[in-house]
Amino acid sequence: MNQVPDILRILPEVILTLAGVAVMMIEAVLHQNTSRRPLGWLAVGSVAAAFWASMAQFQMAPGTGFHGVVQTDSFSAFFHVLICGIVLVCCLIALDCMPERGENMGEFFALVLFGAVGMVLMSSAVELLLVFIALEISSISTYILAGFRKHSVKGPESSLKYFLLGSFATAFFLYGVALVFGATGTTNIREIAATLATTPMPAFPVIALAMMLIGIGFKVSAAPFQVWTPDVYEGAPSPVVALMSTAPKAAAFAVLLRLTYAVFPLLHVQWSSLLWLMAALSMTVGNLAALRQQNVKRMLAYSSIAHAGYLLVAFSAPSSEGIAAASFYAVAYAAMNVGIFAVVSHVGGYDDHLNSISDYRGVAYRSPLMGAVLAFFLISLIGIPFTGGFFGKFYVFAAALHAGAIWLAIIGLLNSGIAAYYYLRLLTTVYTRHAEDSAEPNIAPLSIPIVLALLLTVGSTLVLGIMPGRVLYAARWAASSVVPPTAAPTEIVVAPLQPAR
Amino acid sequence: MVPIAYYLVLSALLFSIGAGAFLIKRNIITVFMSIELMLNAVNLSFVAFAYQWHAIRGQIFVFFVMVVAAAEAAVGLAIIIAVYRTRNTLNVDQIDLMKL
Repeated sequence: MNQVPDILRILPEVILTLAGVAVMMIEAVLHQNTSRRPLGWLAVGSVAAAFWASMAQFQMAPGTGFHGVVQTDSFSAFFHVLICGIVLVCCLIALDCMPERGENMGEFFALVLFGAVGMVLMSSAVELLLVFIALEISSISTYILAGFRKHSVKGPESSLKYFLLGSFATAFFLYGVALVFGATGTTNIREIAATLATTPMPAFPVIALAMMLIGIGFKVSAAPFQVWTPDVYEGAPSPVVALMSTAPKAAAFAVLLRLTYAVFPLLHVQWSSLLWLMAALSMTVGNLAALRQQNVKRMLAYSSIAHAGYLLVAFSAPSSEGIAAASFYAVAYAAMNVGIFAVVSHVGGYDDHLNSISDYRGVAYRSPLMGAVLAFFLISLIGIPFTGGFFGKFYVFAAALHAGAIWLAIIGLLNSGIAAYYYLRLLTTVYTRHAEDSAEPNIAPLSIPIVLALLLTVGSTLVLGIMPGRVLYAARWAASSVVPPTAAPTEIVVAPLQPAR
Repeated sequence: MVPIAYYLVLSALLFSIGAGAFLIKRNIITVFMSIELMLNAVNLSFVAFAYQWHAIRGQIFVFFVMVVAAAEAAVGLAIIIAVYRTRNTLNVDQIDLMKL
């Protein structure tokens, strides 16, 4: 049955690991004054290779490798491609805005590559032990990256907060795994699903699932586990924020989708009401708190909490439609959020010399291109048609409505209205003429990496907004390998969905 | 023989103590140690369940948790040193430059 060699099943991970080791080794032997930029391009090249290898995984016969530890199917390939794309653009952003000397650029790219290994592995792992290790590989790399400006005052603080709360969350996830192991005697996702389907449901799996939801809730920064997000995003360098607001979240959502839909389909009533609550809270808390932010990165942090909430809305659909909508939203959100942080890194700089909303006044007149691109991404984040953000929200709310989660859809739509206010506030500030007496914002000249990064993000946001067909097809295909479209057990429990009705 | 429930209750207690200490304690090192306590509480559960199921998987899981905890400790202590160098304090209440 298993014709594909095991090594091909983890080819993207192998490429990323080798490149990470290579970057780290070369960094060590390079002379102190040599430019580290070629290392960045090496990272970009290897991520592109991993991207290609992930695309090839779509063609591969679905199956498991390494004694049932990793599974490559259209679902894992979908998230592999997404994460590799995000990391590729983030490397370009870092190449653009990191100072050539003084910061350890080689280590930066090595850590990004190692983190990417963990993230892609999370989406293909079907053994909870591997899920845990991959989660930690990705987390530990991002803990360090968050504090990469270690001589600034905010850098280490941001890193510390991320580290303490992240490890706290991991402990909860791990306790959940232990309880599942206790209930079923195995840690393999497919064996757990098979055992749970045949045995009557004891209390253990419910508690275990709740524990795991806490752990993953922290990683995707869904309310009420969102407190760390604004502080960490404010203190971390912008290219890192571009990465960690999208890639680890996509990976964590991949784990969450597999856990909820494939492992605990019989507990759909329980987990969907928990996620209902998390979705409603994340959207409301994120958007209301974003209204009163003065710092652009903090505002975007709260906006990312709200977007995690929109994505969680998709989980109210019990069938594969929910998975498809969630996967599509992950892509749309990644494209526009990485894009907006590309602009923020270029305009604000690696040292965040422009950080508050008022600092952005007149940016569009200093650099018309940056202003236009920023406006485009803000429009997409609001969810106006012809952008990826519109179709993302559309599919998510359509899935929720089909599942009968009317109240959740209403809360979501109200929130989209609130969100428009703070996005438009930034947009109007950018297009307000600068006052005569104060200094004009100083914006770095365009470089090749930032142009590439903007082309990729603007291009994908536009493609998602104008012809979403191919990505939607891929998302549906991905969903079909987690839950077959005609699967019986998930269809039975459609009716009792919302606690609020 | 000690019934497995005893181990599980002990593990749950240790986990709760760890989680409580994480929220109450004010010194970063102590906060960090309470996370280690939580991880070791989980390890105890794994070993107890592995014994009950006669499944070696649970014990292997424990080894990996220990390795990961060690890696996490290395990174965590480095971060704590970086914080101490910029702030000259290890009190979490004073590391509050960024707030809601």
